[in-house]
Amino acid sequence: MLLIYCPYCEEERSELEFRQGGDAHIARPTNMTEMSDEDFEAFFFLRDNVKGLTFERWRHLNGCGRFFNAARDTVSDKFLTTYKAGLPRPDVSTLRPAASAPVETYEATESDAK
Amino acid sequence: MRKYSVFAVAREAMRGHRGWEAQWTSPEPRKEYDVIIIGAGGHGLGTAYYLAKEHGITNIAVLEKGWLGGGNTGRNTTIIRSNYLYDESAGIYDHALKLWDGLSQDLNYNVMYSARGVMMLSHNIHDQQVFKRHIHANRLNGIDNEWLTPEQAQEFCPPLDISRSARYPINGAALQRRGGTARHDAVAWGYARAAADRGVHIIQNCEVTGIRRNPDGSVAGVDTNRGQINAKKVGVVAAGHTSVLMEMAGVRMPLVSYPLQALVSEPVKPIFPCVVMSNTVHAYISQSDKGELVIGAGTDQYSSYSQTGGLQIITHTLDAICELFPIFRRMKMMRSWGGIVDVTPDRSPILAKTPVQGLYVNCGWGTGGFKATPGSANVFAHTIANDAPHKINAPFTLERFRSGRLIDEAAAAAVAH
Repeated sequence: MLLIYCPYCEEERSELEFRQGGDAHIARPTNMTEMSDEDFEAFFFLRDNVKGLTFERWRHLNGCGRFFNAARDTVSDKFLTTYKAGLPRPDVSTLRPAASAPVETYEATESDAK
Repeated sequence: MRKYSVFAVAREAMRGHRGWEAQWTSPEPRKEYDVIIIGAGGHGLGTAYYLAKEHGITNIAVLEKGWLGGGNTGRNTTIIRSNYLYDESAGIYDHALKLWDGLSQDLNYNVMYSARGVMMLSHNIHDQQVFKRHIHANRLNGIDNEWLTPEQAQEFCPPLDISRSARYPINGAALQRRGGTARHDAVAWGYARAAADRGVHIIQNCEVTGIRRNPDGSVAGVDTNRGQINAKKVGVVAAGHTSVLMEMAGVRMPLVSYPLQALVSEPVKPIFPCVVMSNTVHAYISQSDKGELVIGAGTDQYSSYSQTGGLQIITHTLDAICELFPIFRRMKMMRSWGGIVDVTPDRSPILAKTPVQGLYVNCGWGTGGFKATPGSANVFAHTIANDAPHKINAPFTLERFRSGRLIDEAAAAAVAH
């Protein structure tokens, strides 16, 4: 189970309190009735489904109830950071995964082994 | 290939089992093939087999980044059924079910298909209405599915608790008698052996790192960690990693990858005669011929490629199992594992041509692809050989997410996704 830092509550809470909310930093179209089928498909159905670093929305459903954004590695499930909704995409090159790794997976421990 | 038979067993027994040959070879890759299949799971190996058997194309390579059958083919709960609601789904899943019946003979390999019956439990009025709708729709499509009272359900599956005081009382069940299980590894091995016998190259530990294109945009081949391999036709059958591979050809997919977990108990004597699924409390369970209870859990709520999953997902399922089958409360669980499943928005698969000439994709089987293995492989081989879909997989296009002609099993599914 993941431990997730809510940037509004300013504490780590168990994954059970949260729901993932899909990709972050996607502007919802304002002209949906006029969009072409291609553009609507790209917005509504197609996904990058990134293997590696991804930016996504989470909601602290059973806590403060607010949406925030997270940068997470989808191979190790490690959170690099979480940040408030509306803030720009953080520069992840300066971030290191939290010292207390939220989850330890087989693949992650293998790649850490030097 | 030396045929497997009772005489072969007797002959080898006489001479100390020294005459068995390798089931498939591991050749060096050629510079060029007619068709490359990416992914040596059941669907990919089956595609190669049917291309060779039914379409006369034998110059095929099946590339696998890990080991044969090491992905979702080796990680699922081996349940086979075809009681889907919509005509399109009924068509493809029942095509598969018909091929399961006779697959062992076709491959000369015992895939241990056992039509022991798949029973879906109904816990409330809504379940009952949904299942009865499924039963009628299935019967119109010529697929067996019948309604059982709680007493009949318990007669079919004696460990089931049907008392009114149960935590999750049962008001009936839907039973597909032709449903059942098969030996998952044997499916991959059987297809591999039969395909290799017809000249197909199975190349393991060969990871595709790029998809090469001609100046006109059509497929030219693939780059791998064992060098460049050319082919005019490439089929991607990579389950959870489909998005990663298709991105190499510049095609964005309507897929999200999630971890899906399963677990097995300690082996015990035969106690559980069928497959039981419960959508409402999310549990499915059967007993393998080795004696282990095979239990399927749900997907995690977040996308991931970690091939693991949260412990709370497993315990949630075990809670339900212990309530439905109180006799299992003291069973010990032996192993649990995860696989990465690729889920489409409508929970129906994609078996289709792509915008890239010569590139084909078979994906989106989500949490239930094993049951479809022979049918999927059979019609996908047809699609690659003829550069046009078989009528069974014609509705399962990539374009349906543009046209809106979805096959929305997500809303109709008999299990939660």
